[in-house]
Amino acid sequence: MSSFNAIGADRDVERDEYTPAIEPQATWCPGCGDFGVLKALKGAMAELGRDPEEILLVTGIGCSGKLSSYFESYGLHTIHGRALPIARATKLTNPGLEVVAAGGDGDGYGIGGNHFLHTARENHDMAYIVFNNEIFGLTKGQTSPTSPKGHESKTQPHGSAKSPIRPLSTAVTAGATYVARTAAVNPNQAQEILVEAIEHDGFAHIDFLTQCPTWNKDAKQYVPYIDVQEDDDYEFDTADRREAEEMMQRTERSLYEGEVLTGRFYHETGRPSYGEEKRAAGEMPDEPLAEQYHDDDHEWERSYDLLDAHK
Amino acid sequence: MDEELVWRIAGGSGDGIDSTSQNFAKALMRSGLDVFTHRHYPSRIRGGHTYVEVRAAPEPVRSRGDGYNFLLALGDSFARNPQEEAYYGTEEVKPLSENLDDLREGGVIVYDEGLIDVEDVPDFEARVEANDWHVYPLDLRGMAREMGREVMRNTAGVGATGALLEYDLGHIEDLMADTMDGEVLASNREILEAASERVEAMEFTHDLRMPEGSHDAEQVLLSGSNAIAYGALDAGCRFIAGYPMTPWTEVFTLMTQHLPEVGGISEQVEDEIAAASLALGASHAGAKAMSGSSGGGFALMSEPLGLAEITETPVVLVEAMRAGPSTGMPTKPEQADLEHVLYTSQGDSNRVVLAPGDVEEAYEQTRTAFELAYDYQLPAILLYDQKLSGELRNVEEAFFDREPSPDLGATLDEDELAEAAHHASGKFQRFQHDPDNDRGVSPRSIPGQAGGRFLATGNEHTPEGHISESPTNRVAQVNRRVRKLEAIREELDARETTHQTLYAPVEDADYGIVTFGSQQGTVEEAVDRLADGHGVKSLCVSELKPFAAAEVTEFLESVDEALVVEMNASAQFRGLIQRELGRFGDRLHSLLKYNGNPFEPAEITEGYETIVDGAEPAPTTRFVPAAGD
Repeated sequence: MSSFNAIGADRDVERDEYTPAIEPQATWCPGCGDFGVLKALKGAMAELGRDPEEILLVTGIGCSGKLSSYFESYGLHTIHGRALPIARATKLTNPGLEVVAAGGDGDGYGIGGNHFLHTARENHDMAYIVFNNEIFGLTKGQTSPTSPKGHESKTQPHGSAKSPIRPLSTAVTAGATYVARTAAVNPNQAQEILVEAIEHDGFAHIDFLTQCPTWNKDAKQYVPYIDVQEDDDYEFDTADRREAEEMMQRTERSLYEGEVLTGRFYHETGRPSYGEEKRAAGEMPDEPLAEQYHDDDHEWERSYDLLDAHK
Repeated sequence: MDEELVWRIAGGSGDGIDSTSQNFAKALMRSGLDVFTHRHYPSRIRGGHTYVEVRAAPEPVRSRGDGYNFLLALGDSFARNPQEEAYYGTEEVKPLSENLDDLREGGVIVYDEGLIDVEDVPDFEARVEANDWHVYPLDLRGMAREMGREVMRNTAGVGATGALLEYDLGHIEDLMADTMDGEVLASNREILEAASERVEAMEFTHDLRMPEGSHDAEQVLLSGSNAIAYGALDAGCRFIAGYPMTPWTEVFTLMTQHLPEVGGISEQVEDEIAAASLALGASHAGAKAMSGSSGGGFALMSEPLGLAEITETPVVLVEAMRAGPSTGMPTKPEQADLEHVLYTSQGDSNRVVLAPGDVEEAYEQTRTAFELAYDYQLPAILLYDQKLSGELRNVEEAFFDREPSPDLGATLDEDELAEAAHHASGKFQRFQHDPDNDRGVSPRSIPGQAGGRFLATGNEHTPEGHISESPTNRVAQVNRRVRKLEAIREELDARETTHQTLYAPVEDADYGIVTFGSQQGTVEEAVDRLADGHGVKSLCVSELKPFAAAEVTEFLESVDEALVVEMNASAQFRGLIQRELGRFGDRLHSLLKYNGNPFEPAEITEGYETIVDGAEPAPTTRFVPAAGD
């Protein structure tokens, strides 16, 4: 039994519980894809019956980072690019928490790229939602790591000479064990994928296409979308890394050619999460760290008993 | 100090100099002496000139000495560039040649003639004669090879040392028996005795003998890094995240060794941004957590440090200074990160900075750092350097006989949360404008607690955590965060004990020496020497933020002039005193040293004499007179 009484409460939760009783006025523009993430996350959490107070939503900086303002739970709105390392530690400290990390494409694939690689590599048990709008929105429309080659903006006035990053391929290469792409224009699929990602024991990466009607594409440009699981033209095995990688490469390329492919791309079930690996190596306490501080019977060892080596 | 041994063991990096010197120091401690070590090593895995000094005396030793009186030059088995014209000089003879400048008159030299040819050491014979050195060449490597293992030449050198000083080798043998067994132990014993016998057959021309002493209580030998790690463990710290960097790695490694055994977690991560971020995350989720680095890595921690300040997340960071800027001199001490640590990160800084002066203070102040961080919900930084990190000193075992303090500070349990103030939205008011105490501390909940949900954000925020740019809210939140530092100052001032160390062996001193952090012991030794005939006293300051204003003011008001001693080129600590106190500019002189070596006591006495009678300061230091002088 946890000393944190919201954890494992196991009750029916209404999706309204994730909506703040007095909702702060959203800073997102009308038609913004970010609303789609919020809606899908509420739906997924209600479906999973997670108590708002056993959820810790860790966000980065940018329009995407405001997610924790509009979703009712414990929220931790951090620094540009650093949501992942902070989220990792919260999960290691209290594995009972449902930790979800979120940020934008600049946040996760640009400034936080190193953390993205290592969090995927280590296979930390959390869902990571990247709001991919192919642009820097909050700073008013600069080229981002997912903007297409040739993208013109005030910071790339002659058109970007850089090819966009390949987020799905990068995630799977680094070691993510669940990789999916969904889109704000496809709310049902988005909710299903978030449910799977949250339930997945390991690092689940969701590249979430969120249209930015103000600085980039509007919703129409992500329609029609194709669900690769629903369409017979795209037969591949999500458990097969090589097939998954081929499909990801194609998906990443086709986005810039006007073909929006979404769905699950990679799903590895056998690999233990980082916390489990660490436990197996004898480096994780049996009693969760956060619980120790509330356990009156916990024995706190003293340095005085470690001094033999110094005599 | 008349009766003392300052034994310097020199050789190549990777030759086991460090462990040999540690064992020797421990043996001397066991035989009743007080000991203190000073380490000098290159930024290189194998080879390169390295030495450790072990200073031992019957009374407490607080500092390295001025030079030393016994050299054991082992030869550098990884020496490169043997040709004479090499850029860095002939490395093979460096364990001897590089160490001669500091050897006192009448000193003893034992060198490994199996590796060192004195013909290659310029003017060796002439210098020996001029300085009345007593030289005992021994083929240590040859002996070790004969007995099967070349690495044992260190043991042979220790055996020779013991014999020359008429020291009972039984202490060394006991210590070897603690760490070795079987054939290894047997052959080490054998070589220890063989070396000792070979020396005893020689004619002794030197007067130096091992001093004798005794302890009233059981002693333990620890470094500053050991003390920081133990302070953290006893403070209930069970989470550390880090990235290797010299010299901070020592604390990181020690914690990593201990934590899994006591139910804690250590994480080696991709960079220092991540390291500080993880510590913050662990603390937010309800653990006592720390991270740390040295200058360059600490620079990467600026952003998470600021996040901890505005989200009021307790965290302890340690910063082990080394010579900068940039990569600087990675294995050499300096105190030039003071301003970096005080002010880095955007916005007004809101943190505690403590700089311990010795091993005991390192333990004590690590505990204080955790206590203040968790009671006041802010980052606390422990600022030390390569010197304190690695220096070993004996401490009474009973010093560590205390209770652990795993308390999380200002947190609420679920019953208290049910009663606590909530916003109409249902969110817990984690950041109240006027909490129910005069310290500015608004108690926190921990994620997972029912009734405790709130938003923690790096944006300015309302009491329940929502982003807000309201001027009224902004001023209320800033004022409350500032209030926490004032309250810490008041709490520290009201305590019966102080973290500052006043050293005043003579009454009514007219002159003062002020320093911070690791130079404390050396300054005190200088004061001791000056006490005979000079009215001088010293103050070593540890509370840098919130600054120990009252104590420093009282000290400076009580003297006519003062010398501010620090290891950097821009007089950062003197600047801090003037900034904090707004006065005394006309009576604060600076003595600065930034050549990569810590002060020796004589350099400080010479700096002091520069104020008093205009003498020249030591050439290794720079004297900057007070404003108006």
